[in-house]
Parts: sequence; structure tokens; C-alpha cells
Amino acid sequence: MAAIVEGNTRGNPVSVVLRRAGERVAGLGRWLGGTLRIMSRNKVGFIGFLIVVAMTVIAYLGPVFWPFDPKADPTMIYKTPSAAHWLGTDSQGRDVLRQILNGGASLLSVGYLAAAITTVIGVAIGALAAYLGGTVDAVLSWLSDVFLTIPQFALLAVLAGIVHLNGTWPVALLIGAFGWPVLMRSIRAQVLSLREREYVEAARMLDMPTRYIVFHEIAPGMAGFIATSFVLNVTAAMYASVGLIFLGIVPIAGVNWGVMLNLAWAQGAIFFHDSIWYILSPMIAIVLFQLALLSMSRAVSEVFDPRLRE
Amino acid sequence: MAAVNEPLAAVSRDMRRPWWQAVMGNPVVRQVLRAFVTIVFVATCSFWLVHLMPGSPVEVYVNTQVRAGVPAEQARAQASALFSVNLNAPLWDQYLEYMRNLAHGDLGTSIVRQDTHVSDIILEFLPWTLFSVGLGLAISFSAGVLLGIYAAYKRETWIDHLLTTFLAALQAVPNYIIAILVLVYLGIRWQVIDIGAIRGTLSPGVHAGFSWHFLQDALYHATLPVLVYVITSIGGWMLAMRASTESTMNEDFVTAGLARGLRPARVAIGYVGRNAILPLFSQLMIAVGFAVGGSLIIEQIFTYQGIGLALAQSINQRDYPVIQGILLVITVSVVLVNLVADLLYVRLDPRLRGR
Repeated sequence: MAAIVEGNTRGNPVSVVLRRAGERVAGLGRWLGGTLRIMSRNKVGFIGFLIVVAMTVIAYLGPVFWPFDPKADPTMIYKTPSAAHWLGTDSQGRDVLRQILNGGASLLSVGYLAAAITTVIGVAIGALAAYLGGTVDAVLSWLSDVFLTIPQFALLAVLAGIVHLNGTWPVALLIGAFGWPVLMRSIRAQVLSLREREYVEAARMLDMPTRYIVFHEIAPGMAGFIATSFVLNVTAAMYASVGLIFLGIVPIAGVNWGVMLNLAWAQGAIFFHDSIWYILSPMIAIVLFQLALLSMSRAVSEVFDPRLRE
Repeated sequence: MAAVNEPLAAVSRDMRRPWWQAVMGNPVVRQVLRAFVTIVFVATCSFWLVHLMPGSPVEVYVNTQVRAGVPAEQARAQASALFSVNLNAPLWDQYLEYMRNLAHGDLGTSIVRQDTHVSDIILEFLPWTLFSVGLGLAISFSAGVLLGIYAAYKRETWIDHLLTTFLAALQAVPNYIIAILVLVYLGIRWQVIDIGAIRGTLSPGVHAGFSWHFLQDALYHATLPVLVYVITSIGGWMLAMRASTESTMNEDFVTAGLARGLRPARVAIGYVGRNAILPLFSQLMIAVGFAVGGSLIIEQIFTYQGIGLALAQSINQRDYPVIQGILLVITVSVVLVNLVADLLYVRLDPRLRGR
């Protein structure tokens, strides 16, 4: 039967392409299944991973299913949780739960984008420094030292104050552009040590092309580290963006957890007895996401490094 | 034999080297030079940042003045005075002038607070941040190091798991959230502290001076910021120290010390601790930078008149000369703290001396 199917499809280019694509998908599925199985062995890490996935899905689907009604209702100011408003209401009588459900997307986008930018820059500069060595290495390492010296959040606040930022991309770009020094240092150190390993030397002696050595010999050894630092960079970027919003340096528009925090602060909600849910909700959302990312980062490194699995 | 000859070889190697190599080989000279170059670099960047960027603050200032009806010449003259540059000179001369003024401690004049020198503003606010951040980091460093040693010696027991998990989780909580929680619960809900009285850096009527009363008052007002700096940074020190201690514990000299019958506590502190603490110094720069950056928000939340509050305010008021000056000064402080840490590191680690 199999032979007949194969015989039939061999001559047909469309079905060959389809079959290859099918194999790809099946391979991806197997890889995903294997990855999830490895991650599920680390209980804490897996729970973190699940929370991150759940919060990300809710953050992006929230605005579709539970749209936020920005209309103020002066009769409902600072109400405690009730059946109609599970998390109470804010200073304008608007539902807090809806704000939480709608307010994650923009922060998460900034976090993921900025972390991706930081990772790309850090890996590129770190690998470049280690690979080229000499003056380039000295200059790049020195530059990373200098950027580490400047208090990062202060620099971000100043730059965000001078350049007028609007929207997700500019904020992500700004935060992402200054997070690279720590990653760059570790990538540089890793490349320097990895390229001296026996198996890399063996590949070099076998006259493998540089491309092969970089992507098949060196990169797999660093993938776990890069993935872990990506996850941790998401936490750092969220910290910075919420901080900038809280200080009112990034223009406040729409609903997000940082804006909620800023408004709660600016309107003195902390002094009202019944407003505690309004203040705590965005903080819990932010901390929960940060904690989930932190514990997820441990499981991530195990996926890439078999030696860490027990 | 080789070991005995080593100093002699080093001396003869020194004789053959040109003098500048000998000077540059000195770690102290190298560190000082590095710090100096970093400061010059940051100052240069801050100059070009403010003067070259499209819609640069100087340009914006001149344009606003012109739009307000001030003649262009006069607006440029005002801008020159404020930013302590001569706008009519070529950019390169402006840069040299700016650097010359910096070397004399002239950082320009505030736009918002008329006739106030930026250097005066900095002198007014910076000491409080150095005091609170310094105290916070000193406490969290000492406590974190001790906890780290303790956890490493109790590793895989419930107390180690508890400490490690709790402090690692604490690190994931942004410092401003801790600050708000401290204020909401300690200050407003439970009324443990009087937030009206603890605001600011000093109580009314208390003046800076060498008196017990002043010190007491300064410490009282710094309590909350210091508490937040300690809570947010202690986890990092503890976890780093725990890892470092664990890898040092198995060294031969530790076994040798114990074999000679030294008390385990003495080996833990004097032998393991002293060696395990060294890698932590390289993290000091990041910790200081993080705390100073965080002071922008922490000081805002507690209304503590430090440099972070001044910077956040000047950003919101678009007071560019002040922004530029403060960013430069806090960077210089971090560089200097780092320099001290580096020099201390060379002192603490004899292997680095004379290399």
C-alpha cells in the first residue's frame, strides 16, 4: 500500500511539496511534544510556563471578548468587589477586571519586542567581539562596560523625555537598544570558551564550513542560555516600561497595567480605604507575570541542556 | 626552584620594559585611567545628545523663545548662557568650551529655576541619594553575604529552600511595587509609620551638621527608601554568594584548614567566605546602577528629595541643562563607586597585585 502511494506521488511535484510540508509539521509537532514533556518534568518551571502562555493568550484575546468601556460612572467610584464588578471599580467608576484583561497586551508587546531586540543586539555584538578579537573585541567590551556604568533606567527616562515616544514600537526599541551589555558579555565569554572545545576543533579539522560550525556546533551550546536570557529580558523590559509609564514620562494612552498604576498613584487612590483592589490588581498582574517568567526561565534552560535534566 | 627565581625574573622583565608599559601594567593606574576615559566619553555623549539630535533641546528652546516674541539674537544669547555654550561658535569649539566648563564644575544654569546653577541643584540633592542608596546597598550586601554563606552550609535543607525560593521570588517584584506596598500597608492601612512626618530628607528646623540629632533625623527620613533598596537587592547578593560559596567549599585549602583542626565557623568565614566574596565585587556596578536608576521612582513615591526625584522632575519640566548635568553626575558617581570597588578588589585579591 505504502509503495503504491509513493509510486503515485513520486512524479507529482505538488504532492511532494505537500508531503514534505506534512513531514515538517509532524517533525515540529514531535519537537514541541518532546519539549513540553521535558519542561513538564520541572514542576515549578512548567507552572510558570503555563501561566505565561495563559496570560499572553488572555492579554491578546481579552480586548476581543471583553472590551473595555471607558465611560465614567460617577455613582460607582471605588466600589469593592461585587458580582457585577469582580475586582471593584476605579476612580471613575469603571470596572477594574476589564481594565486588567485589556491592559496586558501593550505591556507584553513591549516586553517581548524589547527582549527580542536586546537578544539580537547582544548575541550579534558578543559573537562579533569574541570572533574578531583584538581591537574590535577591546572596543566592544569597553563600550559594554561604559553602558553598564550609566544607570540604565535613568538613561531610558532621559532619552524617553527628550525623544517623544508614542506607541509600542518606539518604546520597545528604546528599551531594547540599551539592554545588551550584560548579555553581550556572557555571549562573548561563551563563544570564547565554546570555540576551544574538542568537538568544535574536530569539526574545524574536518574542514567543515564556518556556517556549519557556527550553527551546528557552537549555537546549540548557547541556545539554552540565549533562550533563558530572552525570558529574563522580558521581565527587565516590563520593569522599565511600567516604570516609565508610572513616572509619566512615556505618554499615557489607552488602558494598561502601568497606566492603572500611574492613575491610582496620581489620583491618590492609595488613601482611600475601598480602593485597595484597584491598586492591588495591576500590581498582582505585573508581579504574577514576572514571577511566571522567572520560574519559566529555569525550565527553558533544561530544554536545551540535557545535562541539567535529572 | 622556579618559584624562588620568579621575583628576580619579574624584576628583570620590568627592567627591559619601556616605562609606559610598566605604568600601564599597574592595575591601579589602569583602573583610574579607564574611569577617566569613561567619564570623558559619557560627557561627550551627553553633549552631542543634547546638541545634535533632531529637535535638540537647544533648538527647541530657541524656537520657543522666538515664537514667544523674543528676537532671534537674544534667544540664542539666552540659550548660550543657559546651556553654558556659545551657539555662534562652530560646534567643535562649543564642545571644547563645554568640556572646559565641565572641568571647572560649571554645568550651566537651570531653565525652570531662574539663576540657579545646575551644580547647586546637584549639590543640594545628590548627597541624599548617595546616603540612602549607599546605606541600603551596604546593609543588603552584608546581610546577603551572610545569608548566602548560611544557605550554602545548610544546602538542600528546608531552610535553604525557603530562603532561596523566597529571595529569588522577591527579585521578580519590581522595586516600585514594593515601595507602593510599603507605603500603602505600613503607612496608610496599618499606620505603623507616620507618612506625613517621614516625608522629605530632614524634619523642618533640622539643619545639616555634625550632631547626633541631625544623624538621627536623616536616618529616620531615609528609612523607607533604604528599606526598599535592601528588599530589592538582598536576593541578588544572597543567591550569588550562595553559588560562590558552594563552589569554594570544595577547595583543597578548606579541607586543609579543617584538617588542621580550625574551628568550622572560622573556616567558613575566614577561608571560604573571604574567597567566595571576590566574584561579587564585579556585580557591584550593576547593583549601584540599578539602585540609582530605581531612585527615580522610589524617591518620587516617598517624596525623598534626592537626585532621582530631581531628575524625574527636570525631565517632566523639560529642564535640559539640569537633565544633562544630573545624568552626567550620577554616571560619574557610579564610575567612582566602581573604581573604589575595583581598587578594593585588587587589595582583597593578592593574586591581582603586580600583575
